[in-house]
Parts: sequence; C-alpha cells; structure tokens
Amino acid sequence: MTLVEKVIARAAGRVRVRPGEIMTAKVDFAFAHDSSGPRRWQPYLEQLGTGVWDPAKVAIVTDHYVPATDLESAEILSTTRAFVAAHGIRNFFDMVGICHLVLPEHGLIRPGAFIAGGDSHTPMAGAFGAYAAGYGATDMAAIIASGETWLAVPHTLRAVWSGAFARGVVAKDVMLFLCRTLGLDNAFTAIEFCGPTIAAMTMLERMVLCNMAAELGCDTGVIAPDAVTFEYLRSRGAPVADESAAAALASDPQAACRAEHRFDAGALAPQIALPHSPANSVAAGELDRIRIDQAYIGACVGAKLSDLRMAAEVLRGRKVAPHVRLLVAPASAQTTQTAIAEGVLASLVDAGAILLPSGCGACAGLGAGMLAAGETCISSTNRNFRGRMGSAQATVYLGSPYSVAAAAVAGRIVDPRELLDGVSGEPA
Amino acid sequence: MSSVPTPTGRAFRFGDNIDTDQLAPGPFLKLPPQQLAAHCLQAIDPTFVSTVRPGDVLIAGSNFGMGSSREQAVVSLRILGIQAVLARSFARIFWRNAINLGVAALIFPWTEEIAAGDEVEVDLAAGRVTDLTRGARWQVEPLPPQVLDMLAHGGLIPYLRRRQSGASSA
Repeated sequence: MTLVEKVIARAAGRVRVRPGEIMTAKVDFAFAHDSSGPRRWQPYLEQLGTGVWDPAKVAIVTDHYVPATDLESAEILSTTRAFVAAHGIRNFFDMVGICHLVLPEHGLIRPGAFIAGGDSHTPMAGAFGAYAAGYGATDMAAIIASGETWLAVPHTLRAVWSGAFARGVVAKDVMLFLCRTLGLDNAFTAIEFCGPTIAAMTMLERMVLCNMAAELGCDTGVIAPDAVTFEYLRSRGAPVADESAAAALASDPQAACRAEHRFDAGALAPQIALPHSPANSVAAGELDRIRIDQAYIGACVGAKLSDLRMAAEVLRGRKVAPHVRLLVAPASAQTTQTAIAEGVLASLVDAGAILLPSGCGACAGLGAGMLAAGETCISSTNRNFRGRMGSAQATVYLGSPYSVAAAAVAGRIVDPRELLDGVSGEPA
Repeated sequence: MSSVPTPTGRAFRFGDNIDTDQLAPGPFLKLPPQQLAAHCLQAIDPTFVSTVRPGDVLIAGSNFGMGSSREQAVVSLRILGIQAVLARSFARIFWRNAINLGVAALIFPWTEEIAAGDEVEVDLAAGRVTDLTRGARWQVEPLPPQVLDMLAHGGLIPYLRRRQSGASSA
C-alpha cells in the first residue's frame, strides 16, 4: 500500500484499502480556527443534541479574525473562547499564530495520524506523514460530534524530485511549477513528495509542499516520516515513541499509484504565478519587470521562520523601494521570537518592512493589508484568486519570499537571483 | 424516506476553476449570509444575483468550487435558490459541502451542449439531465445511495438527526 492507504486502513480498521473504496474512518485529531470552527459548529451540535466527542483530540486556534478589528470579529473570537471553555478543550491557541504552523510547533501533528481540519490548507500536516484533509463546517461539526467521517480512498500521485536546487530556488517555486504542470483539478487524489531532494529538505520547507497540495486540488499531500521528521518532533519536546514503526509508513516500493512524475530540482528557476491563478506560473526571468505597489510576506505557507530568513537575506542592508509598502505578518508567535533572536526581524524592519499581527490576515482578505482597485501586489501566500486580497480589480502575483523581498527592493518583479548574487546564505 | 428533489430551472453557465472567492468573496465573509450571497459570482457575472431564480441550475466546467473550505460558498448558492450544480468536475471540499447542505453537485461531461437560459431538469435519483428547451437528454452516473439519502433529507445534519431518532425509536 501507499503511505496514504496505510494511514487510512489503520483509521478505518481495515487490513488494506484500495483507491475509490468508500469507508468510514476514525479521526485521531481534529482542529479548526475561529472562522470555520465553534461559531459554525454550535448550531449543529445543538440540533444533534451532542457535545464534543473527545476534547483531548480537538484543537482550536484563533488565526482569522485576530486581533479583532471590529465588533463582528470581536464577537466571533468571544464565541470561540466561550465554546472552548464550555467543552473543556485544552488545546486552545489564542492569537499565537496560524493553525497549520502552531499545531506542529506544539508537537500535535503526529506521523500516521488521520487528521481532519476545518481549513483547506490542512494538508500542510501531511509533511509529517499524516493523512490530513480539509473539511467544511458541517462535515467538521459531524466529526466533532462523532469522531468519525466517511471518505473515498484517494488515488496516489507521486512527485519524485532529485538533484539540488540552484541558489534562490525553494519549495514555493516547486509548488508554483507543479500547479502549472499538474493543474489544479486533482480531486480525490493524494500527492506524495519523495526523492533525494525532498529527503534533504527541512520540515518548514516540506510543509510548503504539502500546504499547496490544496492548490493542486489534492485531498492531501504527504511525505514519509524520516530522521528529519523525528528530529523536528524531538526538538518540540514531542518525540515519536516508535520511530521504526513510523518510518514503516513509507509507501511500499511495489505499491500502485495513479502516476509518477520525475523532476530535476537543478533545472528549476524561481517561479512567479500571474493573476488570478497559482497555475499561471512562469520563470521569474521571463516576466516583464512588473511594477508593484505592495509586497506581502504572510500566511501559513509563506511567513514561517524559513521564509523570514529568506526575506532577510535579500533585505539585509537594503531599503524597500520608495513607492512600495512591504508588509510582514510572521506566521506564529514562536516565529517572531526566533526571528528577533536571530536578528532577522531587525533586518526586515531596517529595510522598511511594516510588521503585522500573526494570523491569516491579508492572504484571506482579512485584517490589515487589503488592496485597492488597480493596485498590484506580490505575495508569498498560496492563492491569488480574483478579489481574495481586496478589490476584484487588484492583481496579485505569487512568489517565494526571495521573490517578494527582491520585488520590494527593486519596486518591480525581478528574478530574485539578481539580488542574491554575492550575498552569502545558507539554505532556509 | 423523503424524496430526492428534481431541480428544474434555467441554466446559468460558468467556466473552469470557479473558486470560492468568486462564490463567497473573502472581504465580505463577516456579513450575514443573506448579504454575503448578494456578492456571489459578482466579479464574473455582475447580473447573476439579480437574475437568478429559485430552481435555476448552474452549469460549469472543471474543478468547480476550488479553493477555500468556506461553506459560505454553498450557503450563498442555496440562499439564491440554486439546488443543483452540474460540472465536469468538482473540488473535493466544495463537493462535500454542497451535499452536506442539500445542494446537488453532479458530474456532467456535456456542459457545452446546454446553452445559457435553457430550461433544465435534473432528476437526481435517476441521474438524468434533460434540456427541456432543446429536448435533449443525458444519463449520468447517479450519486451514491448514501449521498442521495442525504440530499433527500436536506443535508448531513438532518440526515444524522433522522438516523439518531431512527436508532432511538428502533
């Protein structure tokens, strides 16, 4: 079986499962945020006359309407806090960052787990070798009430990467490239990232790959747990008890998959996705030098410590172009703390960056940093759908933190390697 | 058991990759559902909300509903009276959300053959789509029995409630 099939089989109490089979699985861990969670669940739980099936297996993170910018946001947060208290949910993370990063930071994402999240970027947890899929509020309410859900076992696609990235090329470029290459219409499949390039990646970079499995339209993205995974969890005070059992979750060599795609990491250039789709990606060097108004470093996918370090590599000792506003919303409180300790945040602020609260923010058209009609933004986030970050007449380009920082300095979208030449740096 | 609905109405046509920010734009998500629904698909078709009527059917290309897990994408369509979406393919979360809220999401490969404004009948139980304007009829794979059962009850929560009461009275 593949990794995903092994996780589902265990959760469904089966010896083996096959793609397309419909079955019920027990959920090991369920989470949601302030937008998709309690405020939407409460009416359903009342209709069903039930509470939370197992508060110890549920986590709530406030990250969408934080901090409250108006009365509606304040009420949503208040409802969330009251629900958590009423149902005895101890895994409550209030305004300390975005759920997809905060949960792994606290060691709550476990290899081999069946995870249901009330957000489309739940697949980010698949970087730990979990089956992690996103669900809408009604599905989540049923899961919160019963601890189980139905699913069709997905087919597995394999993306095998070998070789080393060129300087300035990172996981985000991989995903913008894959959105173009594989398209966005991959429902009822899971994508597995493997090969020597993936094995050499840090957990934060692996999370980028699995996060944007959502953009590919896949149910989830997964990476087999290995020494890098185990070391990350040890460093978080949450070691894996049986590492060899977790490592055995890796897909069997003979396991059937729908397709296997092989790529050479060394041939990849920095990628920029044009409006209004992550699939509209081109090599940054092929693009006209498009003038920008705003550069945004934010979101679960694009404002982790690794991302802020990339931005700092470009921005250290430089200034943001006078006509550009660079907004930075670190993805978690821990990210901010480490970025301060490392001097990364100082480099960003010295260059002229404006710091925003940790949260989903402008990526989802919330909080500060919205765009007016006619404005152009380059963003380290994962979606550039029309109107998502403000006006439907605004245009959003997607790129890696290197590309966003380089555009902020140049005032135009450029190949970030123009600004990295001669700048020494370790891979993020 | 309640009967499976047979939505009948005019066809509204949309292209590929209609995303959840088109169906329920992020900047309006805090609005009450009725007000949010007034922005449904506005960036693509500003006249949609003012012309759509209960029973009308959406016809779309591939990957309908891609993007966010926000259920408001379906809620907005339901408020506008849409009971069925026919598309060449659906994004997984949207598809589940639609069924869960009692809106039929049916995979339909012949979307190019139905013109905007045609009167369309969707017999969900039989998996039969009829263009009443043209007299054309297509047979598709019906939705799985469990899904039809959910639609007959109006969605997942009423379905679970019925199962609860069925179990307790048995």
